Amino acid sequence: MSNGLLQNLESNAIPLLVVALLVWIFLRSRTQALWAEAYRRLRRNKLAMAAVVLLTFAGTVALLDSLSWKSTNSAQSRTVLDQIFGRADERTYSAPMGSQTQELNPRRVASIHLLGTDSVGKDVLYQVLKGFRTAFIIGGFACLIAVPIALFFGMAAGFFGGFLDDVVQFFYTVFGSIPDILLIIALVLMLGKNLLSICFALGFTSWIPLCRLIRGETLKHRDREYVRAAKALGVATPRILAKHILPNLLPAIIISVTLLFSQLVLYESILAYLGVGVGSDTGSWGNMIDAARDELTRDPAVWWPLVSAASALLVLVLSLNILADALRDAIDPRLRTE
Amino acid sequence: MSGPILEVRNLRTYLKTVRGTAWAVDGVNFTVEAGKTRAIVGESGCGKSITALSIMQLLPEPAGFVDSGQVLLDGKDLLDLTWNQMRDYRGRDLAMIFQEPMTSLNPVFTIGNQVAESVIAHGGTKAHGRTRALELLDRVGIEDPHRVLRQYPHELSGGMRQRVMIAIALANNPKVLIADEPTTALDVTVQAQILSLMREIQTEMGMAILLITHDLGVVAEMADDVSVMYAGMVMEDAPVREIFHNPQHPYTRDLLESLPSRQSRGKDLAVIEGSVPSATHWPKGCRYANRCRFRIDACEAAVPPLFVRGASEARCIRLDEIAEKGNTAATRIPGESGKGVVA
Amino acid sequence: MTRYFVRRFLYMIPILIGVSLLTFALFFLIFSPETMARRNLSAKNPTPKMIQQWVASHGYDKPTGELFKRHMVSMLTFDFGISDKTKEPIMDRIEAGALPSLELGALSFGFTLLVGLGLAIVVAYLRGTYIDTVTMGMAVLFLSIPIVVYVIGIQFFFGKMLRYGPLAGYESGWASLKFMILPVLVSIASGAGYYVRLYRTFLLDETSQDYVRTARAKGVRENIVLYKHVLKNAMIPVITTTVAAIPSLILGNLVLESFFGIPGLGNYLVNAIHSLDFAVVRVMVYLGAFLYIVGLLITDVLYAALDPRVRLS
Repeated sequence: MSNGLLQNLESNAIPLLVVALLVWIFLRSRTQALWAEAYRRLRRNKLAMAAVVLLTFAGTVALLDSLSWKSTNSAQSRTVLDQIFGRADERTYSAPMGSQTQELNPRRVASIHLLGTDSVGKDVLYQVLKGFRTAFIIGGFACLIAVPIALFFGMAAGFFGGFLDDVVQFFYTVFGSIPDILLIIALVLMLGKNLLSICFALGFTSWIPLCRLIRGETLKHRDREYVRAAKALGVATPRILAKHILPNLLPAIIISVTLLFSQLVLYESILAYLGVGVGSDTGSWGNMIDAARDELTRDPAVWWPLVSAASALLVLVLSLNILADALRDAIDPRLRTE
Repeated sequence: MSGPILEVRNLRTYLKTVRGTAWAVDGVNFTVEAGKTRAIVGESGCGKSITALSIMQLLPEPAGFVDSGQVLLDGKDLLDLTWNQMRDYRGRDLAMIFQEPMTSLNPVFTIGNQVAESVIAHGGTKAHGRTRALELLDRVGIEDPHRVLRQYPHELSGGMRQRVMIAIALANNPKVLIADEPTTALDVTVQAQILSLMREIQTEMGMAILLITHDLGVVAEMADDVSVMYAGMVMEDAPVREIFHNPQHPYTRDLLESLPSRQSRGKDLAVIEGSVPSATHWPKGCRYANRCRFRIDACEAAVPPLFVRGASEARCIRLDEIAEKGNTAATRIPGESGKGVVA
Repeated sequence: MTRYFVRRFLYMIPILIGVSLLTFALFFLIFSPETMARRNLSAKNPTPKMIQQWVASHGYDKPTGELFKRHMVSMLTFDFGISDKTKEPIMDRIEAGALPSLELGALSFGFTLLVGLGLAIVVAYLRGTYIDTVTMGMAVLFLSIPIVVYVIGIQFFFGKMLRYGPLAGYESGWASLKFMILPVLVSIASGAGYYVRLYRTFLLDETSQDYVRTARAKGVRENIVLYKHVLKNAMIPVITTTVAAIPSLILGNLVLESFFGIPGLGNYLVNAIHSLDFAVVRVMVYLGAFLYIVGLLITDVLYAALDPRVRLS
C-alpha cells in the first residue's frame, strides 16, 4: 500500500496542501483583533456553528475522495472514499437498505446498499458522497479564477478612477450583458464537457458581480483619512493597495465568495439538466438529479436517488447561506437589522 | 403661571443590549418653566439624549423602553398615553429638533413638503400647509423662502437645514421645544446665529426650551436652569448663575476646571482621570466616586440623595466640607476666555 | 433630466458596438468555419469537398474582415438572416417565440416580485416577532433548493398525485394561461426567498433612518410614515435591483421554457445550441445583450426620476 501512496503523491499532495493552507490562514487570522472579535461573535451563533460543522463534514468527505492510491491487486487507483463506501454494482434498481446480491453474507452493514441503487445498479449513497468532491472543486476552483480577476479590475477601477475606471466599467457592462448561461454553454462546448472546463467557464462568468462589489468598496475606502495619510507619507501605491485597502475589502469579499460558492453548486445541477454538465463519468448531484427526471413516473416511483442527491445539495447550499448570513452579522454588526 | 409646563419625575429608561440591560436614565427629575430654558449638560453617554427621547417616546426600536416615572406636560402624564394619543402631542405641543440636520430630513422630498407636513399632520389643509411653510421659513431667517420651498435637503448648507428643522418644529406653536445638541454639527459662527434665533422665538412665543448639550458655552448663553447629568442621574440642579459661580457637586467643579482659560495658559490642561462606569453594571454607591477627588468610603455605600443648598441641589454627601475648602474654578464662566466644552 | 436621458442613451451605442464585437469574437474567431461545417453536416466523416460546400453556401468562406463587417451591419440593423440548420429566417422564429417568452417572463417575474415584496413588507413591519424569524428561515431554505428539483417535484406532485394537468406544453391565446401556472409556481418557490431577504434589508435600513424619527416627532400618522417616508426611499434600491435582475430573467426563462416545453425564445436558443446552429445562437446572444442594455438604460432613468440627489448632480 505504501508503494501506491508514493506513486500518487503528486495528486494527493494538492488536496492536502489546500487543507494545510486553509488551516494556516485560519490560525493566523485568529491573532488579528478584527477577526478574533468576529470569531467570538460567530461562535455565539448556534445555527452558524451547526453550519460550520456540516461544512467541515462535507469537506472531509471531499477530502477522502481526493486521496487515492493504487492497491497491489487492482489496475485503477481507488480513493479513500472508494475503499469505505464502494459497493459492487447491482443489475438494476433496488430500494434503500437493500442488500448486495453479490456478497456472501448479505446481513453485514458493509454489504447493504444504505440508500439503494439507481437504474444501472450503482450504489446511491456512494454516488451522493462522490458528489461532495465535485461540488467543492467546482465551487472552489471557479472562485479561485473569479476572485483574482475581480480583484484586479475592481481595485484598479475603484482606486485610480478616471479613464481606467471608465474602461473597466465598459468591459464589464459589455461582458455582463451576455447572459451567463450562454457564455457557459459556449465555453463548455468549446472546451469539452469535463470538470475542468466547467470550472473555467463558471469562473470566467462569475467575476463581474464581484468586480462591481470590489470597485464599490474600493471607492468607499479610497477617500478615507488613513489612505490620504499614507499617501502624504509617500507610501508607494501598490503598498497602499495591499496594506490599507485590501484588508478592508476582505469582509465583503469573504461573504460574497461564500454566497457565490453556494450559487455555483446550484448552477451545476442546471447545467447538468441542460446537457452541459460535468459528464457522466464524474459523480455529481446534477447528474443524479438529471437522471432522476423520468424515474418518478415509474410505478412504483423511484424516489431515492433524487431525494438523496437533492438533500445533499440542500444541506451544502443551506449551510453556506447560513454561514454567509452569520459572517455578515459577525463582521459588521451595524449591518444587522435587529 | 401655575407651575412648570414640563415636569419629569423619577424617569427610568433602559436599553436592551447584547451585554445586558443598560439603565440609561436612572431616576431623573427636573422641571421646565414656560418661557424659560433648561439645559441638560453632560458628557457623551450620560443619558441626556435618551432622556429627551423618552419624553417624546421616540426611543430607538426595538431596544429602548421607558420603565417608570412620569412626564407631565401641563399636568397631563404623557407616559400614560397610547401611541396615537401621544402622536397628537408630538409636533403640536411638544416639538423636537435633532443634532444632524442632514440625516434628519428626508432626501427625496422638498423642503416645502416636509415643513408643510407638520401642519398637515395636525389637521391643516395642503394650502394652509404651504402658506404656513412660507411664513415659517421666513421667520427662521431664510432669505428666499419661495426658492427654498422647492429645494431638496442636500442643496442647503448645514445652517440652513437646521433653520428648516426649527421651522418644522415651530409649525404648530409648541409649548415646549426639545433641542438635542442643535448646534454641535454646525460651524461656530452659524451656532451663534441659530442660538440667537432660538432665543428670539422663545421670547416671542413664550415657549419653553429643553436644551440638551455637552457645550458649557451654549449653556452659559441660553440656559436659565441647568441639570448636570452623569451616568444616568442628575448630579446637580441649579440656576445657571449658581452653576458657574457656585458649583456644588465635585463633577460640576471638575468640568469647569477642565475648561481652558487665560489663567491656565501655558499649564497642562486639567483632566478628569478615570472613566464612566459601564451602564449595564452601575456601582452600588455614588457613580462619580471612582473619579472623584473628594471620595471617601461612605460614598460607595449607597447612591447619595439630592441635598439642597440655597438655590442648588447636588447629589453628594460631602457638599459642606467641599464648599469650605473652596475652589478657584468657581468663578470662571466660558465665553469670557474661550470656548468651553465638556469632553 | 432630458439631458441625463440623452447622455445615457448615447452611452448605449459604444456598448452595443462592444457587444457585437464580442459576439463576433466568440463565434467567428473561436469556432472556425470548418469546425462549424463539421458539426452541422450529418455525415460521419465529411469529405473536404462537403465541408467546402457547406462553408461556401453559408457564406463563411469570405475573409475575416468581410465577415466582421457583415456581422456588425446585420446586428446593428437587426437584419438577422437565416438559420444555419433549417434555413428559415431567424426573424420569423423570433417573432413567433417572443410572445410566449414575454408572457412567461412577465408572469413569473411579476408574481415572484410581488410575493417577495409583499412578504418583505409584512416581515419588516413585524420585525423581531416569531413570524419574522420563521419566514426568513423558510426563505433561506427555499432558495437553497435547486430549481431543477422544484420542477421535477412540482410536475410529480401535480401530475401523479393531484392528477392535474397540463404539465407542459403551450397553446396560444387565453388558453396559454393554464400552461403558465406551474412555471410561475416554480418561479415563485425558487425565487421569492431571495427577494424577501433583499427587500427586507432595504425596508429595515429605511426605518432606522433619522428622518423617520423626525417624521414621527412631527406627529405624522404611522401608516403615512411607512408609505410616504419609508417606502418611497426604499423603492430606490428596490427598483434598481429589480431592473438589474431582468437579465437573469433570460436564464430563468431558458430553464423554465425548456423544462415546461414552452416554445419561446429561450427554448429556441437551447435547441439551437444543442443542434449547433450558430447563426441562431449568435443572433440570440446579441439580442439578449441588447435587451440587457435597454434594461440598464431604463434603470438609470428610473433611478434619476426617483432620487433627486442623482437628478441634480
